[in-house]
Amino acid sequence: MFVSHAWPGLWRMAALALVLLVGLGVTQPALAQADPDREAATAVGGVSPETWRQVRSGETGPNFRDSRAESTYNLVNASGETWRQLRNRWVSPFGLIAIGGMLVVIALFYVIVGRKDLSAPRTGRKLLRWPLVVRAIHWTVATLFIVLALTGLNLLYGKFVFRPLFGDAVWAGMISASKVAHNYLGPLFGILLIVLLARVLKHNWPKKHDLEWFKKGGGMVGKAHVDAGFANGGEKVWFWLLATVGIVVIASGFVLDFPNYGQGRDTMQWANIIHAVGALGLTAVALGHIYIGTIGSEGSLEGMATGYVDETWARDHHNLWYEEVKDQAIPEERLAAGGQPSGGSEEPTPRSG
Amino acid sequence: MAQMKFMCDAERCIECNGCVTACKNANEVEWGIQRRRVVTLDDGEPTEVSISVACMHCDDAPCMAVCPTDCFYKTDDGIVLHDKDLCIGCGYCLYACPFGAPQFPQQNAFGERGKMDKCTFCAGGPAETREEEYQKYGANRISEGKLPLCAEMCSTKALLAGDAQTVADIFRQRVVQRGHPDGAWSGNPRADADNLAYDATHQG
Repeated sequence: MFVSHAWPGLWRMAALALVLLVGLGVTQPALAQADPDREAATAVGGVSPETWRQVRSGETGPNFRDSRAESTYNLVNASGETWRQLRNRWVSPFGLIAIGGMLVVIALFYVIVGRKDLSAPRTGRKLLRWPLVVRAIHWTVATLFIVLALTGLNLLYGKFVFRPLFGDAVWAGMISASKVAHNYLGPLFGILLIVLLARVLKHNWPKKHDLEWFKKGGGMVGKAHVDAGFANGGEKVWFWLLATVGIVVIASGFVLDFPNYGQGRDTMQWANIIHAVGALGLTAVALGHIYIGTIGSEGSLEGMATGYVDETWARDHHNLWYEEVKDQAIPEERLAAGGQPSGGSEEPTPRSG
Repeated sequence: MAQMKFMCDAERCIECNGCVTACKNANEVEWGIQRRRVVTLDDGEPTEVSISVACMHCDDAPCMAVCPTDCFYKTDDGIVLHDKDLCIGCGYCLYACPFGAPQFPQQNAFGERGKMDKCTFCAGGPAETREEEYQKYGANRISEGKLPLCAEMCSTKALLAGDAQTVADIFRQRVVQRGHPDGAWSGNPRADADNLAYDATHQG
């Protein structure tokens, strides 16, 4: 009694220590001998292979939850790596090969074969080929195409060239301007290209003589004479490339340009690959178009610049068309005097192709 | 140098979203952006499991590989950061990222993306002043010798952040202790057969 009265705190401490010691003695071995099978049985069951398949598919199932608002992303973006490899390993190098290769081929062609000159002196009599409205749309589309091609190439390759060359400050402005220009001018280009295609469609229906034109290589080399209507085989190929690949590039561009319509990440990955492949291909072909239209053949550029071509040029390149419209030729002097409005609304005889 | 990594122990994650809240609070990220997310698979099923996801600061980061402006860089600690002054909001990093980490404030015309925002491992980003850094990228706790707040505040210590080796050691020790047959939560039947973790417990 005396003791407990005098040292109540000590007794309690001793009792507590005893309990703790006993407790430790009991629990420690119990912890060490925990049954792993029982632990495993009460652990998370392990997500089923079915769920993993769901995760990899990119689609989210009904039992998927994401705490992020409006998220449509699954746990893992399984297609991201595919997109990265396609873009960096295939699209990027082969785009460079296509465009660089085309430049080399054109340069070699120009050096070896040279300009396609007119076969006879100019007659001085002119034929209306491209009315003002077509020329206006063509040059707008052409300018936009060049801007889009350069900004697009900058988005794909610029970082390897201009960032090390100019430094971050210049590069930041440059690439930002590229992206804004590409995104805002793209839709304008798309609409105008469709207008242009619709306007010149009547010239571009395939004809039998086009086959012959291809067999003879368009008469680009040598003195071979090949039949061609208003548009020759090559021009028709360019038209139909734009009417197919071009439309695909425009459509995929819209998918990429407006991410606010709820299209998913996977959709945009594919849109990006399609857009890049199509656009790089068209850029390479466009180099050929630009070459032939400018330094590649004498007298071609003036058709799209003034709207009129010389009789000799028409006979050389579009003999069937020439036969149809030769009686509508206008002497150069009358054109210069303003006798004829610069490119009427309609080119003569659109029947021939 | 340390190689910083996140690791979420799905066995411990209770889907409380504390990491999400901690992150938003530490970095004061703008409205609509949530750098960390908690994903739940098989919700409501016996196999339900949750995991906290953000930028995983990949060794071979796909975002870095596809960025048209080359705005990403890796710190000496292996943290993947990006320069918002260079970002043009093209979204390519989002296409490539395995974890859906990059996010964009869609506040411009025609749904044009703003500058990308993602988890910085609480390491801020390139800026002239600390104020600018905080405003653009959020907290730079790493420079103060602290780990990301999401992991620091995780109530069950499911989310671990730090040097890869340390994080891996902690997780390995846990697996050994709890004796899960497949080591984590993949449900891999081969791992079940090998039962490596089971043996490990017996070796003490």
